[in-house]
Amino acid sequence: MSRRDRMSGNEAVATAIRQIGPDVIAAFPITPSTEIPQYISSYKSDGLIDTEFVAVESEHSAMSACIGASAAGVRAMTATSSAGMALMYELLYVAASDRLPIVMAAVNRALTGPININADHSDSMGARDSGWIQLYSENAQEAYDNMLMAHRIAEHPDVLLPLMVCQDGFITSHAVENIVIEDDELVKSFVGEYRPEKYLLNPRESLGVGPYSVSAFYMEIKRQQFEAMSKARAVVAAVSAEFSALTGREYGMLEKYRMDDADLAVLLMSSSAGTGKDAVDRLREKGVKAGLVKLRVFRPFPEDDLVEALKDVKALGIMDKSDGFSGCGGPLGAETRSALYGRADGVKTVNYVYGLGGRDARVEDFEALFEELGRLRDGESLPRCRHHGMRE
Amino acid sequence: MIEIRWHGRGGQGAKTAALLLADVAFATGMHVQGFPEYGPERMGAPITAYNRLDAKPIRVHSNIYSPDFVVVVDESLVETVDVAAGIKKNGAIIINTGKEPSKVRKIFAKFPGDIYAIDARDISQRTVGKNLPNTPLLAAVVRVCGVMSEQEFIGNMEESFKHKFAAKPEVIEGNMAAIREAWKGAVRV
Repeated sequence: MSRRDRMSGNEAVATAIRQIGPDVIAAFPITPSTEIPQYISSYKSDGLIDTEFVAVESEHSAMSACIGASAAGVRAMTATSSAGMALMYELLYVAASDRLPIVMAAVNRALTGPININADHSDSMGARDSGWIQLYSENAQEAYDNMLMAHRIAEHPDVLLPLMVCQDGFITSHAVENIVIEDDELVKSFVGEYRPEKYLLNPRESLGVGPYSVSAFYMEIKRQQFEAMSKARAVVAAVSAEFSALTGREYGMLEKYRMDDADLAVLLMSSSAGTGKDAVDRLREKGVKAGLVKLRVFRPFPEDDLVEALKDVKALGIMDKSDGFSGCGGPLGAETRSALYGRADGVKTVNYVYGLGGRDARVEDFEALFEELGRLRDGESLPRCRHHGMRE
Repeated sequence: MIEIRWHGRGGQGAKTAALLLADVAFATGMHVQGFPEYGPERMGAPITAYNRLDAKPIRVHSNIYSPDFVVVVDESLVETVDVAAGIKKNGAIIINTGKEPSKVRKIFAKFPGDIYAIDARDISQRTVGKNLPNTPLLAAVVRVCGVMSEQEFIGNMEESFKHKFAAKPEVIEGNMAAIREAWKGAVRV
């Protein structure tokens, strides 16, 4: 039986990890994800899990230890944030090209410069081209649920790619909220045993992992990663459907909120989606045809789903919680516009950069943004990229 | 939905109080949020923590700018922080102070709403033997907000203390005495 509980996003993720019971966890503490290895360490001391917990001396070593463990043939996990993820950078690519289904609990925090401990997506967006699957979570429940689905997606024979479950630092990682926790046995049977087809500690089959690849073969490896990432779309859909049938909680590549007849819409990820939904409800009461699309899966990028969800909108605000410093907007803006180009050219768009370094996004901020989108729809010319929620 | 903003100083336990309130409200079947505002906190620096309590699921994830109730854990904060900022019409302030009621009203001369004063320091000194204003303030807040009955609150807190202080049951009695006294101790000034 599932049970009602209340816990923070970090405790929710740690609970999921306890229920999954991975073979190896290697982690180095960094705010705001520190609580996750703390909880794991307590579970280990209390005899609740028999996971091998490796307290490494850096995140570079954490990811290296995960790669070693995963290549050896077991489930390996880690947790990190911000500069910690940045220090893993080289190894993120290694994990993906070695096709190791490592799962990471990523608690999004701004990258330093200036130093800041609060939420934005600059850490995981920096890793968007590393070959990892990325799921983003609105609240503690979604962080928990995404974690329960993570191994089924990553370890699927068509996929075999590492996966990170992202949630917003402090905003959800440190906020206590209501949550439904599934029964331990149900989680174990849903996630299942990990039985890799190929692994280093198999005495019956010799295997090399991560050798040098000459130009004559390198591109074939990259092409295989592309194929795996493309196939991950169908696997995410299938695993999510199975999870929904089991728990009643629906997940897809994205969530559409009041989009059926929406003229104006915002597209965004993670914790601010809930705030945006409250704004949509307020505007609907005033007769404004507002809607919201929350992207759950950023990698693989679900361009067909996005086109289907957004094609009938007249004005769209694409909201990035990181600035890619292209000088013309953030990564979600760039990729969404690329998806819409030639397939939904009637949609007018503004790319909003918002919420950097923990800048609060209130319901009123969304209302102001929708008001601006209304003017865009009605023919007013707006810059293609704006920063929203500034002090001025 | 009831929205509460806590003002305290780093190390005084405003965050813990907000999380405790989330716990007791959850126990009555409500949907809750309890979260602190994080930054480069130091001991003694002003901090805020927040609660949302509702019968239906809570989706908003932002700080609280128009609270129904404001709790002031440390009265010296009113000199530097505008604790009354944005309080809703019919909202109230609950302040931990040993001052005379007439003097408390003067602190918030421009605030038209209700103000409740409670000497949480005195209560905790007498019942627990230390200046731990959290628990008595929590009782005052629950009573003023009206989210549950006295009986329900006392019962929930007793369960919570039994769990929290399983290793040192001798402190439970003092804490229970603190909340019983504090339930009645908040005075409207």
